[in-house]
Parts: sequence; structure tokens; C-alpha cells
Amino acid sequence: MDLKQTQASEVASKVINKQDLFILDVRNEEAYGDWKIEGESITSMNVPYFDLIDGVEDLLPELPKDKEILVVCAKEGSSIFVGEELVEAGVENVSYLSGGMKAWSEYLEPVKVGDLPGGALYQFVRIGKGCLSYMIESNGEAAVVDASRMIENYTTFTENKGLTIKATMDTHLHADHISGGKALADQVNGTYYLPEEDAGEVTFPFTALKENNKMVIGEVTIEPIYSPGHTIGSTSLMINDAYLLTGDILFVESIGRPDLAGKAEDWVLDLRTTLYNRYKEMAGELTVLPAHFSKVAELGDTGVVSAKLEELYEKNDGLNVEEEAEFRRMVTENLPPQPNAYQEIRETNMGKITPNEETRREMEIGPNRCAVN
Amino acid sequence: MIKTDHVLDAKGLACPMPIVKTKKTMKDLEAGVVLEIQATDKGSKADIKAWADKVGHQYLGTVEEGEVLKHYLRKASDSETESEKNHPNIISNDELADKLSDDNITIVDVREPAEYAFSHVPNAVSLPLGEMEDRMSELTSDKQIYVICRTGTRSDLAAQKLADSGYDVINVVPGMSEWTGPTTSSL
Repeated sequence: MDLKQTQASEVASKVINKQDLFILDVRNEEAYGDWKIEGESITSMNVPYFDLIDGVEDLLPELPKDKEILVVCAKEGSSIFVGEELVEAGVENVSYLSGGMKAWSEYLEPVKVGDLPGGALYQFVRIGKGCLSYMIESNGEAAVVDASRMIENYTTFTENKGLTIKATMDTHLHADHISGGKALADQVNGTYYLPEEDAGEVTFPFTALKENNKMVIGEVTIEPIYSPGHTIGSTSLMINDAYLLTGDILFVESIGRPDLAGKAEDWVLDLRTTLYNRYKEMAGELTVLPAHFSKVAELGDTGVVSAKLEELYEKNDGLNVEEEAEFRRMVTENLPPQPNAYQEIRETNMGKITPNEETRREMEIGPNRCAVN
Repeated sequence: MIKTDHVLDAKGLACPMPIVKTKKTMKDLEAGVVLEIQATDKGSKADIKAWADKVGHQYLGTVEEGEVLKHYLRKASDSETESEKNHPNIISNDELADKLSDDNITIVDVREPAEYAFSHVPNAVSLPLGEMEDRMSELTSDKQIYVICRTGTRSDLAAQKLADSGYDVINVVPGMSEWTGPTTSSL
């Protein structure tokens, strides 16, 4: 038997459809501890490849006999090396992840959230990193919200559907991933929108994403709503009074953190006002669509991450802290580590530095960590 | 430039080859010598460090020169932590830390040049144990000499050699492995 190749898309479909998969992750222990492929139906085990250079005999008894085994490493070289050792040792059903964790980090699964007049709303799930971006399409026009760096995912999608991207917008200046918003807008001759308050140090031209400046895509209206807290400029987007894109302010299981630009103390009150006043006044049946998820369990049956606003006011702990002092503690103390290279990522998104492709990839390695819990 | 005994060229090789080659090369080296591994695979840095920590080799550090990463490893030697110290005059790390501004002493770091390069006590001079007999005359005998290494073993041997030649010498125990005072690098 030969060593097979598995694509990131196939792993994503197993995660979403909850199909069994055993992962042998051969990266070093620190990399594995920091970030790995997760899912309800995924079992994983970490043995660094450098422990397996002289052979895999000791490992064989620990591997499941009746499951598919996927060997994973950072790029793919070491997983091929270990995978071939396993095949040679007679293990069946072994494959390696093509492109490794880099490919997993960069894979986007487009899922349909719902219909819109003349079109639909799609969520692009970056399952390996927990980032969500969106496409609104109506009557042949499209807008992309919080685009990832891998903009070919959106252009391939619009080409297949015969759509023209008119606008791209970022709900805030991102600190966890490199935005593709500007590059995508430039490529399609569209308009790039960014909240002005976040753009003080931005070095390239953009159009301000501002409350009361509605945008129209086909028959669909996109209404910016100023909702600061994660950053001073954070702006939510109301789509046809039915969907609320909350950016990094409100997630399904948690809320945004105010510290990634070094302004935790200053922005706590903004965050509280947005979550406890501004959003609270909105219709409970709005579907909340965040820019992140933290656990794969948040993915619904079709892979969509969403919740009704009224549901979140019942279940999300971050929306149920009565005392302001307690809220302040929650969003400023005991925060998870900051995302990998977040300062460099912010500077890249401002256009202040222009790292090469390889460096951009490296900067984005790891989980997003934009939520407080 | 850091002086090393051995250089392994792993440039242009993708993971896992830099470690496969390093492992093979280290096996044939004598304990205590330093290997410089030249690689272009960015992931090699974290992996070499993790592997070395696990098997007990000493990871000294990595220097980036353009696209090339130069990793420095020193092959493990069991005798270093276990052997007894024979030179009678010793001083603790803390006591030496209090003497750093004393002009009447010379601190001699007898570790390999690569170990010294990444981190050493300010003002310490580098004189590797292996070169001690040939270069001993570089030291002036009118100052008290404090010899330091990683764990106190190599410096014990150096102290004995220096004492035999009439120097007033004190061994710093345990040495750089537990040094918490100021350090500098000469990269």
C-alpha cells in the first residue's frame, strides 16, 4: 500500500460532518500545544517526527487499528517521512495532510448562511484558524467583509457564480490575521472600507466605513453601526435588517477583548456600552454573525457559525455580567496570550510594513485569540 | 563569525532533513564539541531546540544571516554534571556577581567559543579549556583569576592547570548554567 494524500478540504468536511479521523501530529510539542486540528470526531496524538527518525516500532501499538490515520506536520515534509515509515511497517489507511498545518490554516470553507433578495449571504469558515469572513451577493454584485489574506478564495467563488465584487470592508483593524480587504478591492477595482477611527496610521487610501453611510449591493442594504470596544473603530454591519455582522465585538460563546492595541483600560467602557446598550436595543431575532469562533463545536450542522441575538443575551456569559467592575475584570484580567505576531499583523494591515508571502504565513500561524475566554 | 569544530550544511533542505542530518552528525562527534548547523528551513529553529532539549544536547542559540539560519549545538557529555571538583578554591555565582566591578580580578570563561558568544559575564575573557595550555601565557599572573564554565567541571580542570603553573585561581561553581547576574553576548 502507498502513502495517500489528504487535502485540507477533506479534513474540513470530516470536521463539519463529524466523521472519525485519527491524527498523528508530528510537529514539536510546543507547536502542537499551541494549536492543532480539532473537532468532535477528531482524535489526535502528538509524537514529534524527530523521535521517529530511527523507526516507528514503539509507536505501532498506540495507533488505532480500525481508523483512518492522518499524519500532520507544519508543511508536509516530515509527515511524508513518518507516513512512509508507517506504510513500510505495514500500517494501513495512512495518509498525510497535503501542505500541512499551513494549508490547514489557509483553507476556507464557503457555507451558505441564508437567502437575501436577489442573492444570498455566505460565510467563509477559516476552520483551522477560527476566522470568519462573509460575502453578500445580490443581482450579480458582491461585497466581502473581513476578507482573509487568501483572496483567491473569493475571486474563484465570484467567477464561478458570475459575480462582480463592488466593495470590501473590514469591521476593524485586525490584529490576528492579515486582511485581504485592500488587496481584493484593488484587484477588482472595488472600494475598500475601513472604520476611520482605526485607520489613523494607515498608509494607503481607503473609504471610511461610517454609521449612516449605507451601502447597497444589488437589492441588499448594508448598514454600518458604530460599535467600539475591541478597537476604537469597531463597526458592525446590519444586512437587510436580518443579519448583524459583529466583527470581533460579540462571538457566539464569548465577547471581544479590548487589549490588542494596548488600550484595554480605555476601551472597556466602549465595549460595555456596545454590548449592554447598543446591541441590546436591537431586535432579538437578528442573526448574529461574528468574525471568529473559538471552538469547532460552535459550527452548526452545515458548518455555519451563528446565533440569534436574543439567544446570546440568554446564554453568552459575556453579556450577563451585571456589575461593571466585574465586567472590567473579565475583559482586562487573565486574558489568553495575545495572538502570534499581533503587532506586526496590525502594522501590515496599516500598510506600514510589507512582509513577503512566506513571512505573512508565519505571522498568522496559531489560533486567533481575539476573545476573552 | 563564531568559531566551531564542525559545520553541517543543511541549506536548501526541507523538514525533516535538517534534523535527520543533525542527528546523524552528532552521533559521530565527541562529547563536548560544538556543531554549527546551517539551514534555510525556518521551522528548523524550534525543532532543533526541542530535539536537543529532549535528548540532552545543549542548544546554544541561532544566528540569522540573510536567508541562512545558523544553529549551534554542543554535544551532551554526562561527566560534566556528575564528576567531582578537585580544585580546592571555589566561589559561588553570587559571590562572583558581587566582584564584577573589581579591577584586580580576571574572569576567564573556558567554555567553547560558541557558548561564550551567545551569553557570558561582562568583561569575561574567552579561553576555551582545549586551548588553555597553549594560551595560558596571555593571562597576567598579578591578578586573581576566576574561571567559569557551564557547570563547574571544565573550569575545575582549567583551574588545576592554571594552579599547577603558579596562578592564583578560583573556580566559579556552578557557573553559567545557573548564572542570574548580568550577561552580554558577542554576536
